[in-house]
Amino acid sequence: MANATQSPLPNSTWKPRIVAFFCNWCTYTAADLAGVSRMKHFSNVRIIRLMCSGRVDPQFVLEALAKGADAVLIGGCHPNDCHYVEGNYKCLRRYQMLKRMIADMGIEPERLRLEWISAAEGEKLKRVVNEMVETITKLGPLGLPQKFEQWDREMEEFANHVAARDAAAGGGCAEHGTNTQPLETAHA
Amino acid sequence: MKPIVPKKNEPVRIGFYICHCGTNIASVVDVEAVAKYAATLPNVAVSRTYKYMCSDPGQELIQQDIQESRLNRIVVAACSPLLHEHTFRKATEAGGLNPFYFQMVNIREHDSWVHTDRTEATRKAMALARAAIQRVPHHKPLEVKKVGINPNVLIVGGGIGGIHAALTLANAGKMVYLVEKEATIGGHMAKFDKTFPTLDCAMCVLSPKMAAIGSHPNIHLWTYSEVAKVDGYVGNFKVTVRRKPRYILEDLCTGCQECVNACVYKDAKFADEFNLGLGKRKPIFLPFPQAIPPVTMIDPEVCLNFKRGKNPDGSHTVSDKCKKTCVEACGDRKAIDFKQTQEIKEITVGTIIVATGFQIFDARRIPYYGYGVYPNVYNALEVERLINASGPTEGEVILRNGQVPKKVAIVHCVGSRDENTNRWCSRVCCLYSLKLAHLIKEHTHAEVYNFYIDMRTPGKGMEEFYNRIAEEGMHLIRGRVADVYPDPNDGATGRLVVQAEDTLTNKILKIPVDMVVLATGLEPHPEAESLRRMFNLSCSSEGWFLERHPKLAPVNTFTDGIFLAGCCQGPKDIPDTVAQAGAAAAEAFALIDKGHVEQEPNTAYILDDCCGCKSCIPLCPYTAISFAEDTKKAIINETLCKGCGTCVASCPSGSIVQNLFEDVEIYSEIDGVLAEGLF
Repeated sequence: MANATQSPLPNSTWKPRIVAFFCNWCTYTAADLAGVSRMKHFSNVRIIRLMCSGRVDPQFVLEALAKGADAVLIGGCHPNDCHYVEGNYKCLRRYQMLKRMIADMGIEPERLRLEWISAAEGEKLKRVVNEMVETITKLGPLGLPQKFEQWDREMEEFANHVAARDAAAGGGCAEHGTNTQPLETAHA
Repeated sequence: MKPIVPKKNEPVRIGFYICHCGTNIASVVDVEAVAKYAATLPNVAVSRTYKYMCSDPGQELIQQDIQESRLNRIVVAACSPLLHEHTFRKATEAGGLNPFYFQMVNIREHDSWVHTDRTEATRKAMALARAAIQRVPHHKPLEVKKVGINPNVLIVGGGIGGIHAALTLANAGKMVYLVEKEATIGGHMAKFDKTFPTLDCAMCVLSPKMAAIGSHPNIHLWTYSEVAKVDGYVGNFKVTVRRKPRYILEDLCTGCQECVNACVYKDAKFADEFNLGLGKRKPIFLPFPQAIPPVTMIDPEVCLNFKRGKNPDGSHTVSDKCKKTCVEACGDRKAIDFKQTQEIKEITVGTIIVATGFQIFDARRIPYYGYGVYPNVYNALEVERLINASGPTEGEVILRNGQVPKKVAIVHCVGSRDENTNRWCSRVCCLYSLKLAHLIKEHTHAEVYNFYIDMRTPGKGMEEFYNRIAEEGMHLIRGRVADVYPDPNDGATGRLVVQAEDTLTNKILKIPVDMVVLATGLEPHPEAESLRRMFNLSCSSEGWFLERHPKLAPVNTFTDGIFLAGCCQGPKDIPDTVAQAGAAAAEAFALIDKGHVEQEPNTAYILDDCCGCKSCIPLCPYTAISFAEDTKKAIINETLCKGCGTCVASCPSGSIVQNLFEDVEIYSEIDGVLAEGLF
């Protein structure tokens, strides 16, 4: 990966932001191993250490996407290898559920990836990170915070519009007219 | 130093430190820029860079700042927390703070070592630093849990590594359970004739240690046994050991071998495992003369008193068709028991040393060397047995047709340094090949040709050994053997031709020889994978057990309380194996002698707003969660909780909190790493 750290899109300032939740015992250590072995890879992944992939609350994933991540990577131990017996299976079930959920929300399922990477698989970590950065670069930004802002603006405009119309109608509809505060925003 | 007790509503004052790590970090990450950036973040009172944070002055810097600048949170951006988190927690504690008011940022392994673009690496370091700085105000003072440790030790594998570790611990007064799969301890070393570079007899140095194991009051030696199950954790492992039936009662057998002499088979006619099939044994046999325990065993596959074939449960059925002359010979001792069945032992130990060794490479995997096809192609271990005075030929190096070889080729790197088989160097083959060259020459006066890729002789006395052997008139040819085939001019006698390119003279050599010795490399044990699962270890991609840190924790594993010794961790020679076994014993002893293990306080607890839905209860693999009928809430047993956090992630009402990994801490990290302008 000679050009690993060059910007994948030289003409654009946008780069994928990927939040990673790694199990302390396998994938986090694999990332350490990749470091010790100086396996160069893309710098777009920000790793958050957890004790087990079973600790990954689906809300962490949604929060990361909502806060501006373009994708989320979860790394756990291979089946049968979980340091805590079966936390990785729990993670797998949540992942399957989340995959469908984010698809229903209109988010490409590729933006969520679960990989089993053992402590010895520094090479695999490098490959997965690079693949993921390439995939997300092709998909483009998710930009949920910007979308939220836009949706908030739209809702506000709509509320203003309704208020203006009610005012023009002469205040006849009290139950609508008094309720002029903006509707609850999507991500609140 | 007076401990600093945090006052309620005291403002958070964070000390941020970024390490240069010499040039390891500073050459890629602009540490000054990161420190400046950190200083602008909320709650940061001190932000510094330092050449080596882990050094004493680096740690003192933290302690001094805690006192002088009234810091109450510490963030260090340096290497992996798996390496130095403990160091900095100690420094934080020494400064008077609770050690868990500390958070580490990994900007070496995860940043400077894997990225080359300075801007991007610096931005990543800033984002990760920000995550920690946002996280650390939520940290709570925690206490390390202390759990008592069982002083008994389990050692798995009775080769020289396991033997040395067992004796070291037993001599220190600890109770040791030594479990060996084979019927005797001794491992591979017991099969060697001489050892390099001193050429002292392997058995002469090994057998006193083996005997000491057999008679040591602190050692429970369980041979012909396997570990079936391991539960629990450091300080308190519950281990199930399966003792296979050898049909001889160990306590009653004196090792007189009169049963062997009395066997209805007058001649030994079954392949002898200890001599790799080169010799023969009877259905009742002692594995080798110095076997420990000195107890015979019966092979039910060939003994006439058993029906052929195993039952589905792996046991054998007694046919009672033999005259049982062995039982007669045993007489009043009554040590033979055809009805013996496997025995399940359950033990509790505090620490485990895994010393399960290796297997030699199966040379049949390289068909062009003709092992298993041409009778005069041997592997190195077979030749060890031929040279050995107690071996099948009583120390005469003779071919299968009884002739003494006049020309012998030794092929190095068979199953080592080879893209098609194993890529690693097995470390011992060059040296044992030189040893075998010397011994073969000594026994037969044959011409010996060594074909090597590179002559690798590191270690004390090894290069001198190489020079000594080279001066004995060996042919040392730098070239990988490409082919071994029957001599077209002399095929009937079994003579072979070894073809190789001498890469120093650029000549193709075709040398006719009587015997080919393949210097087979070392491979992970075939059962390494199942052992790995059982002991919850990691393996390198090659299949060797992975040590916790290649330099600083070479005998520790990622599972606390389990240590490695010998070739199960990677190829090594006897001195290194013994050194490592000693180290593993010392590590185990250090844990035991302390009397307790400190456990990371990352356990979970349940808040009062638990609604009692019970959805967390089946998720816990340690059954640490139970339901209190009186309060209608779940409760977590802190001593059973291992801190995975699976229940926390599943609680629908968010009523479970994991210490050190609280939701609010993770959310602030997510927010921190996604900071604007840092991608």
